[in-house]
Amino acid sequence: MGDSTVTRSQQQLAVSQQTQQHQQGPYVSVITNRTSNLVIRGAMLFSVGVFLALVLNLLQVQRNVTLFPPDVISSIFSSAWWVPPCCGTASAMIGLLYPCIDGHLGEPHKFKREWSSVMRCVAVFVGINHASAKVDFANNIQLSLTLAALSIGLWWTFDRSRSGFGLGVGIALLATLATQLLVYNGVFKYTSPDFLYIRSWLPCIFFAGVITMGNIGRQLALYEYKFIQEKTHQD
Amino acid sequence: MTLREQLREKISAAFYRHGLLCASYPVPIILFTSASILTCCYPLLRLPLPGTGPVEFTTGVRDYSVPSHEPHGDLGERPDWYRGPPVAYIQQVLVKAAVSPWDSSLVPVDVFRSPLGRVFSLLEEIRNHVHSDSSGSRSLESLCLQVTGLFPGLRRMQSVLPEHGCLLVSPGNYWQNQRELFDSDPDLLKTIQKHEPKGLHTSATLRDLLFGVPGKYTGVSHYNRKRVVTYTITVVLSSYDARFLGSLRARLKQLHPSANCSLRDDHMVHVHFKEEIGIAELIPLVTTYIILFAYIYFSTRKIDMVKSKWGLALAAVVTVLSSLLMSVGLCTLFGLTPTLNGGEIFPYLVVVIGLENVLVLTKSVVSTPVDLEVKLRIAQGLSNESWSIMKNMATELCIILIGYFTLVPAIQEFCLFAVVGLVSDFFLQMFFFTTVLSIDIRRMELADLNRRLPAEAGLPPPKPGPLRPREVPPPPRPSPHTITLQTPAFRNLRLPKRLRVVYFLARTRLAQRIIMAGTVIWIGILVYTDPAGIRTYLAAQVSEQSPLGDSGGAGLPPHLAVAPVFRGGDPTSTLSIHAAPDPTPLPENQSQGHHGSGRSGPLPQAPPAVPQITWGAEDEEGWRRLSFRHWPSLFSYYNITLAKRYISILPVIPVTVHLSPQEAIETRHPQDTRHPPLPVPKVSADLQTDLTLYKVAALGLAAGVLLVLLLFCLYRVLCPRNYGQNGVAHGRRRRGDLPCDDYGYSPPISEISPLLLRGHSMDIECLASDGMLLASCCLAGQIRVWDRLSSYKPKGTLNGCWEQRDGWDGMSSATEPEGFGSEGCDCAIGRDSLSEDEAYPVRRRTALPWPTLFTDQPDLTPLIDTNFTCQPPSHLSTPPRGGFDFGGLVERAYMEHEPPSPSAYPAPSSASSSSVWAMELRGNLIAAGRSSGKLELWDAVEGSLRCRNEDGVSGITALAFLNNRIVAARLNGSLDFFTVEIKKPLGLLQYRGPPGRGSMPPSPCYSSEDVISLQLTRSIQCAHQKPITVLRAAAGRVVTGSQDHTVRVYRLEDSCCLFTLQGHSGGITAIYIDQTMVLASGGQDGAICLWDVLTGSRVSHVYGHRGDVTSLVCTNSCVISSGLDDLICIWDRSTGIKLYSIQQEVGCGASLGVISESLLVTGGQGCVSFWDLNFGDLLQTVYLGQSSDGQGVRQLLVLDNAAIVCDFGSELSLVYVPSVLEKLD
Repeated sequence: MGDSTVTRSQQQLAVSQQTQQHQQGPYVSVITNRTSNLVIRGAMLFSVGVFLALVLNLLQVQRNVTLFPPDVISSIFSSAWWVPPCCGTASAMIGLLYPCIDGHLGEPHKFKREWSSVMRCVAVFVGINHASAKVDFANNIQLSLTLAALSIGLWWTFDRSRSGFGLGVGIALLATLATQLLVYNGVFKYTSPDFLYIRSWLPCIFFAGVITMGNIGRQLALYEYKFIQEKTHQD
Repeated sequence: MTLREQLREKISAAFYRHGLLCASYPVPIILFTSASILTCCYPLLRLPLPGTGPVEFTTGVRDYSVPSHEPHGDLGERPDWYRGPPVAYIQQVLVKAAVSPWDSSLVPVDVFRSPLGRVFSLLEEIRNHVHSDSSGSRSLESLCLQVTGLFPGLRRMQSVLPEHGCLLVSPGNYWQNQRELFDSDPDLLKTIQKHEPKGLHTSATLRDLLFGVPGKYTGVSHYNRKRVVTYTITVVLSSYDARFLGSLRARLKQLHPSANCSLRDDHMVHVHFKEEIGIAELIPLVTTYIILFAYIYFSTRKIDMVKSKWGLALAAVVTVLSSLLMSVGLCTLFGLTPTLNGGEIFPYLVVVIGLENVLVLTKSVVSTPVDLEVKLRIAQGLSNESWSIMKNMATELCIILIGYFTLVPAIQEFCLFAVVGLVSDFFLQMFFFTTVLSIDIRRMELADLNRRLPAEAGLPPPKPGPLRPREVPPPPRPSPHTITLQTPAFRNLRLPKRLRVVYFLARTRLAQRIIMAGTVIWIGILVYTDPAGIRTYLAAQVSEQSPLGDSGGAGLPPHLAVAPVFRGGDPTSTLSIHAAPDPTPLPENQSQGHHGSGRSGPLPQAPPAVPQITWGAEDEEGWRRLSFRHWPSLFSYYNITLAKRYISILPVIPVTVHLSPQEAIETRHPQDTRHPPLPVPKVSADLQTDLTLYKVAALGLAAGVLLVLLLFCLYRVLCPRNYGQNGVAHGRRRRGDLPCDDYGYSPPISEISPLLLRGHSMDIECLASDGMLLASCCLAGQIRVWDRLSSYKPKGTLNGCWEQRDGWDGMSSATEPEGFGSEGCDCAIGRDSLSEDEAYPVRRRTALPWPTLFTDQPDLTPLIDTNFTCQPPSHLSTPPRGGFDFGGLVERAYMEHEPPSPSAYPAPSSASSSSVWAMELRGNLIAAGRSSGKLELWDAVEGSLRCRNEDGVSGITALAFLNNRIVAARLNGSLDFFTVEIKKPLGLLQYRGPPGRGSMPPSPCYSSEDVISLQLTRSIQCAHQKPITVLRAAAGRVVTGSQDHTVRVYRLEDSCCLFTLQGHSGGITAIYIDQTMVLASGGQDGAICLWDVLTGSRVSHVYGHRGDVTSLVCTNSCVISSGLDDLICIWDRSTGIKLYSIQQEVGCGASLGVISESLLVTGGQGCVSFWDLNFGDLLQTVYLGQSSDGQGVRQLLVLDNAAIVCDFGSELSLVYVPSVLEKLD
């Protein structure tokens, strides 16, 4: 009995939204455009990745964990020029990959979807890096185990999705392999390698980083999700 | 009951009691909490203030011994860092050299060339000095700090700084300590300048390091008017040997006596350096703080629905911060001194402790029913969240305990702090925050009360409580009545927004002031405690004045008393300043002649004292004029950190060198004379420094402007929204219909108080609304029409109520004496049926519609002014009782008309027993389908029966009214299509509502002159085999569902059957179709099917319920179904995957409504519940009545101004959802 009422109100809603959209201007149309939205998200993730890479590298360089050729050290960037772009690209890919995989698996990630939670996640990630660089551990195994536990804890606290875990582990392994190759080819080196050519905590850091970037990416994708929904509704 | 449940219950009960306690005695509890915070923070007073400047401590030279590692309890003034040996002892040999007498034949270069040349012989002297006594002979090699290799990144320093052996620094390092290189250097200044860094450099430069005095004091320049060159030879010693140093001092003094030198040499200064924070460490630190603030921002943003959002946010932050302070304080109290860098771990501690609990508490308390007492609300909210809070805390404690067993000291300390912090945070949450919350909520209620009062000032005081009980329906009221909707529900929303900004400004200014005051105090304390600061100055002043007061005769000249100000607060300095350096112990050593250095030839004796070279107090501790980063940077070149360690600076050895002009000319380099004797610019030196200052200032200014511009650009890039333009711009409400914010939190349903519309005597059966009017029909067959037209007006005040009785009961409408405060006027129109009601004391509940009755009545239509927009202002001044009474007007009309005689009214007839089974409302026409098979069209405004169709015999089970077509489904499975034809004698339609509003054409108002006829266009006899259960129409389609397991889709225009959809294995119980042509159907088999209406294909088919699907609603993204199994399932619309389900209480209603994309409303037993669709959280439950005596909500209608109408027994309940309202006005 109330259906026609509902219909009518919806109609009204749709029309009012349309009129609203006319007023909304270019910003929204950019957001709602799928490609440009993707580009924007990618750019944001990239910049976040670059920023984090710079900051975290600074942490590592302070403690002489990583050694880059000395002439670069005095430059503003504490590491070689290629590191931040690489990290940025990787984080952009990861951040886009996560919501995409969520969409394909059909399990939208509903756990703690808030910016405050994302911020907490980033803070914990920086904290893990901080610990790896600054805290003096008795031996490397202890350090690695602690960091591994922290990373798993990060996942459990902020993600809890199987896809997230799988992707995190996969990318962490790939990244570790890539680093091994880089160090093997002498691009840079670690002061005291204990796992072939690298430090054994590196996979944990990678894992935590993947989880963090995925978290950010999902949160960003939430905007697009909403806009797209609205758009389909208007269409 | 398991142990877990028992525990849970106990915890919840305890929290409940605690909540009651907190809300009952807020002030004592806050006082108690503040006291405990202060007590716990008290030990923090002993901790040093943050600051990076070095700290000094002065001891005497004579009785100096290396301090032991063990802390001495009794030495109160000895700082706690003064333990163990220092990193190094620094012995500076301060050389002042001048060519005298000055000869006019000398060129400017001579001022410094030969004096600098002397450094090499002095160096040799120092290097080769050997002191031997009974314990053996010692040379500098054995005492000095041996360094090995520079820091890897310092290639360019390699040629200048010593790389191996003793750390001995002098200007000679510029020439690798080789006289030949010096002599062959054509331009000394260039060599010196070569190593200077480009650009501005504030900290220790290489020149400062090598010369040991600040650059402008060296006198090494062409424009040296005093012609004195000052430099130091800095010897860094690793161990202290008083005798060796004594003999070195004596030797140098003997060689280069300083005649008028009265420097004291009996004090050594220990300088302790704090941890150095370089830019490289600062960046991660700043980053973590930025993240921390972002976290706090995003967290506190979620606080909502409270009186002062910012106040609560502040309270939350205060809770966390003071719990941290408490934790540090407690740890200090129990003897654990923090060794970690507090600033570094602080953000992580905050993040670990988190603001979550506070927010959860707020949310929980706020979502308790508003009609409860504050105390009970707090208690309920606390006990609701008690389990999760305890669980979270236990988990966090466990994690931290695990961290504690990593046995890494740093992590252990962190964990210890975190544990204590967590516990104290819990304590503060429970006592401090809860109490603040209770105060806040009490304030909110008070504010509400205050806001309501003015509007109702002229009216009898309303009954307290959000529920507005209305008059008892049965006795016939002589006075007509109007129900006025509660207007504050609209106004509440606008006011706080503006007010909140004001509050915000007010509060931030408060915060600014607090911060400013804090900074001033902090700086003041720093200045006060600074060694060279105000304290010593004050002490000096006091010591100067006290003798005056005591002895009357001031024995000390003031300049002596003030002297210590510049000397690092040495209390004994005033006494010993006149004492000449005591050489008594030294000549012995010297006389013994243990100098291995050999007197290398006759050193040129200084000419008689020339007053050129003077020694002043400022030379005594010349290193003070150096940057405080001087020593750390010197040591850092050799990868030695001074952070948290100290060095001991020994008294300086003064050396005065006078050179003859002859000598100066001899040491000249051939090129030196080529320099033209420049005119001595008097101010250039000063100018230079001034210029640097200006440069710095200009650069700083430029950087500041650039930063502002950059921030502005960033702001424009990131926030290109033009706030406040185009009316409803795209702020947070741009995706307007979402009460759910960008950050996925949708709390803002506040102060929902249902408004009960009473009037029906029996349970309500049907509800219909077209947004403007609301029609309800009860089992007794009465139809009442409620008008809430006015909510579309900006003033939002006009609310009229109409009731129309089936049969003649008159249409009564007037102002209600105790109506709810409306700020404008209560406008009621229509007939005043007072006389009739008096004449008919007994109301007929069920009466046959008798249209002829209305012919007896005067035609009042000219009196009805439906243009509500323009009317109120003209009448604003006149309302007698806050409303209009059209009585006079109407009475006049009655006078003209012959009053009907009571006997003319027919008695209730038995034929009226057929009840209304279905009802629809469009425009102002009500279509009512009766159990007898009759279809009637009523005028909703006037209450007249416009037209009737009695063709069918089978009861009408469902009706759809779309455009001007009515579709009626009958019990026998047939489907009738009717067309409403209107003949307008006046040829125009009257429109209700403001014409400009909305994009939707306002519903046409059929004027009473129109002749409305109902024509049966088509009747499909066997549309279904079994009774039609559901009928829905939208988007030009009519969809029917029947007991025969099929769904049929008809086109509305030509009533042609498009599809017969088969797929259910049970009768159809629920259907949903909307404008987007999405069709969902649910059946008795518990299955839900999604169909494509265009093709008739089934999109998805899911089973979700054990039992009938009772209700189906779709949003853009999901399908919501409720079933007999009391389960609400939310499905993804595109994939058909079940997102989650909500288990409701048993026996709750099956009614569902979607208010917006993320807000779901369900009816329950005597209540309606609001759910967040994104998360499945229960946002709020609104109780419709005081007694929730099992009257379930069966009908639920969402009006398009985000109000919900539901039936509640014989009453209608109107619930406003304020947050969604905001977008509409």
